[in-house]
Amino acid sequence: MTDMIAIYALVALLSVPLGIYIAHALSAQPNRLDTLFGMIEKPIYRLAGVNSQHAMTWQVYALAILKLHVGLILLAWLVFMCQGLLPLNPDGIPGMPWDTALHTAVSFATNTNQQHYSGQAQLSHLSQTFAIVTLQFLTPATGLAVLVAIARTLLVAKPAKVLNGVGNYYHDLTRTVVRVMLPLAAVVALLLTWQGVPASYQAAHQVEMLDPQVEEVQSIPLGPVASMVAIKQLGTNGGGWYGPNSSVPLENPTPLANVIETASLTLIPIALLIAIALISGRRRLMVGIGAVMIVFSLVSTSVVISSERMPNAALAELSQPGANLEGKELRFGTDLSALWGSWTTQTSNGSVNAMHDSFNPMGGMMLLMDMFVNVTFGGVGVGLIGFFLYLMLAAFVGSLMVGRSPELFGKPLETREMRWISLAILAQPLVILGLSALTVAMPSAAANSNPGFHGLSQVLYEFTSAFANNGSGFEGLGDDTTWWNIACVVALLIGRFLPMLVPLAVAGWLAAKRTAPAGRGTLPMDSPAFMGLTAGVIVIVNLLGFLPALVLGPIAESVVQGF
Amino acid sequence: MSHTELAKQPRRSLPIGQVVTGAVKGLAPHLLARNPVMAVVAIGTVVCFGLTPIAFSQGENGGFALTIALLLLATVLFATGAESLAESRGKAHAGALRKTKGELKAAKLNADGTTSAVTADSLRKGDRVKVVAGELIPADGDIVEGAASINESAVTGESAPVLREAGTDNSGVSAGTKVLSDQLIIEVSANPGESLLDRMIALVEGASRQKTPSELALSVLLAMLTLVFLIVVVTLVPMAAFVGVETSTVMLVALLVCLIPTTIGGLLPAIGIAGMERAMRANLVAKSGKAVEIAGSIDTLLLDKTGTITLGDRRATEFAPCQQVPRSKVRDSAFLTSLEDPTPEGRSIVALATEQGVDVQLSEEADGASFEAFSAETRLSGVDLTSGRKLRKGAPNAIAEWVKAQGGDIPSDYNQVIERISRDGATPIAVAEDKQILGVVALSDVIKSGIAEKFAELRAMGIKTVMITGDNPITASAIAATAGVDDYIAEATPERKLALIREEQASGRLVAMVGDGTNDAPALAQADLGLAMNSGTQAAREAANMVDLDSDPGKLISAVEIGKQLLVTRGALTTFSLANDVAKYFVILPALFAASFPALGVLDVMNLHSPITAVLAAVLFNALIIPALIPFALRGVSVKAASATVLLRRNLLIYGLGGLLLPFPAIKLFDMLIALFI
Repeated sequence: MTDMIAIYALVALLSVPLGIYIAHALSAQPNRLDTLFGMIEKPIYRLAGVNSQHAMTWQVYALAILKLHVGLILLAWLVFMCQGLLPLNPDGIPGMPWDTALHTAVSFATNTNQQHYSGQAQLSHLSQTFAIVTLQFLTPATGLAVLVAIARTLLVAKPAKVLNGVGNYYHDLTRTVVRVMLPLAAVVALLLTWQGVPASYQAAHQVEMLDPQVEEVQSIPLGPVASMVAIKQLGTNGGGWYGPNSSVPLENPTPLANVIETASLTLIPIALLIAIALISGRRRLMVGIGAVMIVFSLVSTSVVISSERMPNAALAELSQPGANLEGKELRFGTDLSALWGSWTTQTSNGSVNAMHDSFNPMGGMMLLMDMFVNVTFGGVGVGLIGFFLYLMLAAFVGSLMVGRSPELFGKPLETREMRWISLAILAQPLVILGLSALTVAMPSAAANSNPGFHGLSQVLYEFTSAFANNGSGFEGLGDDTTWWNIACVVALLIGRFLPMLVPLAVAGWLAAKRTAPAGRGTLPMDSPAFMGLTAGVIVIVNLLGFLPALVLGPIAESVVQGF
Repeated sequence: MSHTELAKQPRRSLPIGQVVTGAVKGLAPHLLARNPVMAVVAIGTVVCFGLTPIAFSQGENGGFALTIALLLLATVLFATGAESLAESRGKAHAGALRKTKGELKAAKLNADGTTSAVTADSLRKGDRVKVVAGELIPADGDIVEGAASINESAVTGESAPVLREAGTDNSGVSAGTKVLSDQLIIEVSANPGESLLDRMIALVEGASRQKTPSELALSVLLAMLTLVFLIVVVTLVPMAAFVGVETSTVMLVALLVCLIPTTIGGLLPAIGIAGMERAMRANLVAKSGKAVEIAGSIDTLLLDKTGTITLGDRRATEFAPCQQVPRSKVRDSAFLTSLEDPTPEGRSIVALATEQGVDVQLSEEADGASFEAFSAETRLSGVDLTSGRKLRKGAPNAIAEWVKAQGGDIPSDYNQVIERISRDGATPIAVAEDKQILGVVALSDVIKSGIAEKFAELRAMGIKTVMITGDNPITASAIAATAGVDDYIAEATPERKLALIREEQASGRLVAMVGDGTNDAPALAQADLGLAMNSGTQAAREAANMVDLDSDPGKLISAVEIGKQLLVTRGALTTFSLANDVAKYFVILPALFAASFPALGVLDVMNLHSPITAVLAAVLFNALIIPALIPFALRGVSVKAASATVLLRRNLLIYGLGGLLLPFPAIKLFDMLIALFI
């Protein structure tokens, strides 16, 4: 309980100053930070040959994102396949098969970090530190850059100057990495190193076992783990150095480390609410959005915690069955595992300190629902962007209900906008349900460890995690097959870029339109009623579509077990 | 105002046969394809009918498949019927007007001045026709020669005759109206099939109707939701098979139809048509559906003072002399200048002078005099008497300039007199003779009763009202304050109106205005909603996107209400339709799976009789909710004067929460009823 209070308190205390800092750091106005960080940023611009002041239209901005990501994916793919021939490979790890490498490259380039491999065993230090960690910095920064671009194009009520574009991607990206991600990750990495997380380029330690009958020598892989864990937690990445992620003592050694890592899950997404409130000046709107997110979060977390306090069905017959400790670290217990589980799915992070596959059906279902919603806090930047997508839909219906032609922040929402918003929303059931149905229709493809309800949940979870760019998994699934790798690549790419770029496009289109001044007759977007409508839209559009699948998966599993 | 008043029109008996025929005709595939939601229901109907004989032959429950098929067919028919009903109501109004027109004969004017008798529908735009007293005007047009009193009751329902005259702002005439006196040469302004009436009918004709912008955008949204639920249901089959559940196709079709937004999808066309029909019933002819829709989003109303805020005519109430000029001299001069002034103000000056004892013989002085008519440029009118005296009356600053131009001086108390009259809210009209300003006539406005409350309502709805008047600023502000408008433009010229519209639009507002004159045309075209008076000039009627057959400038407010109502009805029924889904899930999901996994019965919160009755009840509810909501769709959801915050809260409570809760008891009730028969 103390840990729980410490985690909540830490997030509450740190998110406010961090939000203020981010707003200053990314502000368009010149400020003192420019001199400090300019020393790093200017050489980067010069090296990359970009004019950071050149304003891009949304199309150019989006194209720049896609170009950079295609390049990064190809590069990472190549590194993973060829790592056996490359340096920084003290343990002599061979290259990855093409499909696993492709999936891994795409997964990390989409801020998902879904892993169809086991970190320490299948990646060299070079792959981990350069390919993986680079992507772990660049992808959250991209989400944040797009969010800031949308905020200054769509949200700022009175732009300081006439915008002839949405901003400059390279400028936004560089500033986010240099000013926000790197300093914050450095602090957390230092704290984790202090707590005992390895930070070294040495090869694996060979340790003699106390009980040589089990195994004579155990190999304990090392590496620059702390720096990766820091950004994995902060940047809603989730992919750990070691296969079992933060349930391994080497990644999450102490109670304090667990507090720091758990708090890091939600820190930036919550701080961004404050940062965007300051950047856009729409404080009441952001308070409303924050309130919806917090309510969603508290409901989800309470359900998961109470679910995990229930006994595991296999042990329910015992006289004192206790809570569900299957797949959990005893040092964390059920509450801290449930808290981490619900936060990691709310934030699109995907790191774990317990095995989600072993959660009770209701707990597992809540994690799935967190990922369907995916805007409870959501990934860095993309969480709020996703929220805006639903806000657009709610504004459409809400405007009609107050007797005005649909508008968002006073700008008309017309057929073109609605077509793309609809497409972005339609993509989720199409990809998740479509691929899940295809997979279970081909029994050879599913490769489940479980038949029946739980097997369906595993398939559903895998695609949901990919589309939501979460990355966690029901790990009972044998997912390192060509089918899973390719199918997940499709889900990863659509789930990352469509919901991120459609709001950017809409912001770009709307910026060119007239803005009706807000008044008594216009939709009060910062009112509790409108936030209620938005929450209703999220629940109905998002959860209702998946209810039949949930009935066949976790709900059936749960009621058949008699809960 | 408003809708209670609008609804007071006589009830028409419903042409049941026509509605039913229309409903069946609406089943044509090319018409259904216009509406993706209903198209899916129609396909579901065909599938269920197709499965019925198969089910019977395999000894399964064929009766269930047949019943579902019939219920789905009913769902589609209710939707097409709603559209057909709205359409027939709209056409009934327009059709009555058109009937008179079909048989009209016209005397077409040839180039050589002779006339030839032709039928009205052979007239083309630009043709000229001659119409004499007692004849019906054969086509919409503009008077190019003559003046006449006209009975427009065929179009407006108002039987008092109105004056229409060439070269004035009242030169427009409509087909089917009757010339009572004199004769007119009219230039036809529309080809057959393009008249106002034809456009009006096209707006309510389901098959050829253009969807309005927000209706199109909403259709996209509904199509997306339909696709989402299609994906949900189709993917359910392999997923259910994976866990060993066989799904019944009929059940899946029932689930699909219950989940897709059939309520709003079925009523959407009817809502659109009914909106047009409500406008028409208010005698507002929109040139496009878009005009009606945009009326709802208007932020700024530019209202003509005269006719909207004040009763049409100002009346002379006082002759106020300047300095030592005797009051009677002011009276007499004002009387002389107004003898040939046909405006109501002019006539009221003559009337007041007569009442105050002007010498009737005085009018003989004006024999042979040349009268100068009022023009917007000089803002003066008057008379040059044969004796050489020049009398003028007009706007105070125009008179001051005129007198100065003659070499005269301005009396020292001139401004005081004007200010006093203006402060009382009256309009000062100065009277001058040659070099001397004699005094001022006070023209008092009569403010319409209830108008201040109306403006308070508009303010509550967030709409800014701007009064447009030719009056001077002091008079204007007095009237503006009494009437309660937010702003006013005094001494308005068409250019200033246009400038104001542009200014408001530049700050993102949507602007509506009323106009009738040719010089209003640019402003009417620039405004987002331009409402022209039917009596107005052809140029004004062409520039506007809505025409008021009653020529009542106050109608602008009704137009806004009708537009808002159209939008709110769409939003409210969309919300209702979506909120309904929650209850339907709780009915159909247990029914679908409870046979295989009895434990899933816990989801059956309503404790329904059996899976068969549950699904039938849900589908029955889904079908019946469409006709149950037809009155809402046709009448429109009420838009009482309320701010957006209040409207949103109220509509969310009624249609959101109501839509969430209502299906639970309704489906339970249907289930109990169906259980009695099975």
